Amino acid sequence: MDVRRRNNVVVTGRPDGPVVVLAHGFGCDQNMWRLTVPALADRYRVVLFDYVGSGRSDLSAWSEERYAALDGYAQDVVDVLEELDLRQAAFVGHSVSAMIGVLAARAAPERIGSLVMVAPSPCYIDDDAYRGGFSAEDIDELLASLESNYLGWSATMAPVIMGNPERPELGEELTNSFCATDPEVARVFARATFLTDCRDDLGTVAVPTLILECADDVIAPREVGAYVHARIPDSTLVTLPATGHCPHLSAPQPTNTAILQFLETRR
Amino acid sequence: MMCRTGENPGPRESGEGESTDVAFTALLEDSAEELYESAPCGYLSTLMDGTIAKINATLLGWLGLDAEAVVGRRRFTDLLTVGGKLYHETHFAPLLRMQGEISGIALEMKIAGGGRLPVLVSSTVKHSGDGEPLLIRTTVFDASDRRAYEQELLRRKKDAEEARRQAEEARRQAEADRTRLQEALAVLQQSLLPASLPAVPGLETAVYYHTASPDQLGGDFYDLFALGGRSWAFFLGDVCGKGPQAAAVTSLTRHTLRTAALHDPDPVAALTTLNTVLNERYTRGDPRYCTAIFGVLEPGQDTGTVTVRLASGGHPPALVARADGSAGFLPTPGGFLVGALAQARFSSTSTTLCSGDTLLLYTDGLTEARTGPDRTSLYGDQALHAFVTARAGLPAQEMVRDLAALLDGLGDGVDDDTALLALGVPGSPFPHRPATGR
Repeated sequence: MDVRRRNNVVVTGRPDGPVVVLAHGFGCDQNMWRLTVPALADRYRVVLFDYVGSGRSDLSAWSEERYAALDGYAQDVVDVLEELDLRQAAFVGHSVSAMIGVLAARAAPERIGSLVMVAPSPCYIDDDAYRGGFSAEDIDELLASLESNYLGWSATMAPVIMGNPERPELGEELTNSFCATDPEVARVFARATFLTDCRDDLGTVAVPTLILECADDVIAPREVGAYVHARIPDSTLVTLPATGHCPHLSAPQPTNTAILQFLETRR
Repeated sequence: MMCRTGENPGPRESGEGESTDVAFTALLEDSAEELYESAPCGYLSTLMDGTIAKINATLLGWLGLDAEAVVGRRRFTDLLTVGGKLYHETHFAPLLRMQGEISGIALEMKIAGGGRLPVLVSSTVKHSGDGEPLLIRTTVFDASDRRAYEQELLRRKKDAEEARRQAEEARRQAEADRTRLQEALAVLQQSLLPASLPAVPGLETAVYYHTASPDQLGGDFYDLFALGGRSWAFFLGDVCGKGPQAAAVTSLTRHTLRTAALHDPDPVAALTTLNTVLNERYTRGDPRYCTAIFGVLEPGQDTGTVTVRLASGGHPPALVARADGSAGFLPTPGGFLVGALAQARFSSTSTTLCSGDTLLLYTDGLTEARTGPDRTSLYGDQALHAFVTARAGLPAQEMVRDLAALLDGLGDGVDDDTALLALGVPGSPFPHRPATGR
């Protein structure tokens, strides 16, 4: 198994710097970090990858059986860390990847030394006193939206987008290709993302953790940020002056600053 | 009408000039503001955080909203259904940030007082002179009909997938039914043949039945049974046709020949009785007949020999392989098909089998097997004669074993069932072996 190819692993930045792994969330691919990478590249060795099924990963490695649960994505992370033989890496995960990072750190504790959780939510569905922000029916609506938007995806173009990691320009030319995903893969990832309850996993986090929440985020409301902060022992919560769910795109400056400050204290 | 090249009249030259002028003037009076507010699509502009800065009357009308309640107070995502919001945050917004534009995204907007409006949304980011993103311009098209059409397509796609699943299930079921039918046919076929042949003192026997198709009951039959005293009777034949009707004839034929032989063991008499029974049973509209050789075995005058008397009705001649390495047909010319006519004639013959001799009966499935690269030649009598000659002197078991291998080798060239029955007198301890070998 060629993990580098399977997960479209890209290594950049300072070769002898401490390692930072950037993990994209549900929806798009590693291009989401395009405004973050330049801020880190001077001092850190930056590792990017796409989960199997996303971006320019090897779609033939995808199976519903493995990727119907977040553990399958966490295994992707562990596979990449092992392939590059990384230890004590800082893992920066956006959205669902924040929780995937928690699972990966538990599975391979020697390989992840700290966590940065960008707009995390351990549970999107309301449950008694817990306010995740959504009902199960809301998630069905999202699945319907996925069905009606193929976003540049077509079965005939997929081999061009997916099968040529060594010729990325093929994909760059295609509008929406950063978020182009096989609808079946997207459906499975959406269900794993939005229907999994990871609240009990928060207590297992044994590494220093930075939680970045947005001031106004439809997907991860501030109550959720506070909830995560309260349950991870060695954690810091920073509220970014950002609207929406992607502060690394909408407010790159404060986001990068917060990440860098946290990483510097860890050096 | 002729085309006057180069002389096309301008708009002002035609008689319609005045009304065109009126329309043109009206167009000029359609101010940009008027066009914005009343355009046949929704317009809205938002700050980069999604706060609505401007929205046109068309979109407000569609959603049942007032400008005061929206501008500066609501964000674009507030106008979306929850599913639309999630999709916006996970796909739309990041793509818009990365590409600066996005087009034709299907979302649903909430209508005041309930209801949803399916829309297609396109957005572009307006940048300042130094490249800073300033605001997002968005157009919204009513996609109710389009969405209904897409849902129809989606429904049909799901129907088609369901139909394919059902067809696959039906195919599996048919396959299972076919397997069950084949198993039932195999059992029935077995019941038409003796489970095993009796041991006849001083005689080696061997049989083989080759089934051409597991989906069809074949019509070949054979039997060997005691007549009392030291005599034995045998027969082998082929009912015309295949399937259940042929199987019924086969069953009737076997029982008739056995009964007839006990009454009168003369071979011609047995076949004549069978002829009468078949002819009477299958007279009207559905004639059924068969070919058959019926024979009687008795100890010969010399010790260790067997006398064979047999009669044939339309059946390929028996072959006798001799211990000296020769072989020859036992001609029984002129015998009628059994059951075809009310009055039938059968021809009889006889021979004596000595030590090492073998009598071989077969059906035409073997001799009419198709051979050659394009399967257009028939295996034929001559090839069979040569094959048996090369094995003359072999015990009956080995003769039949080799013939069975031959049938297997002919593969799907054998398109009819084939029955083989070999009766041999055991050879001396040092039998003749054919020089050509096997």
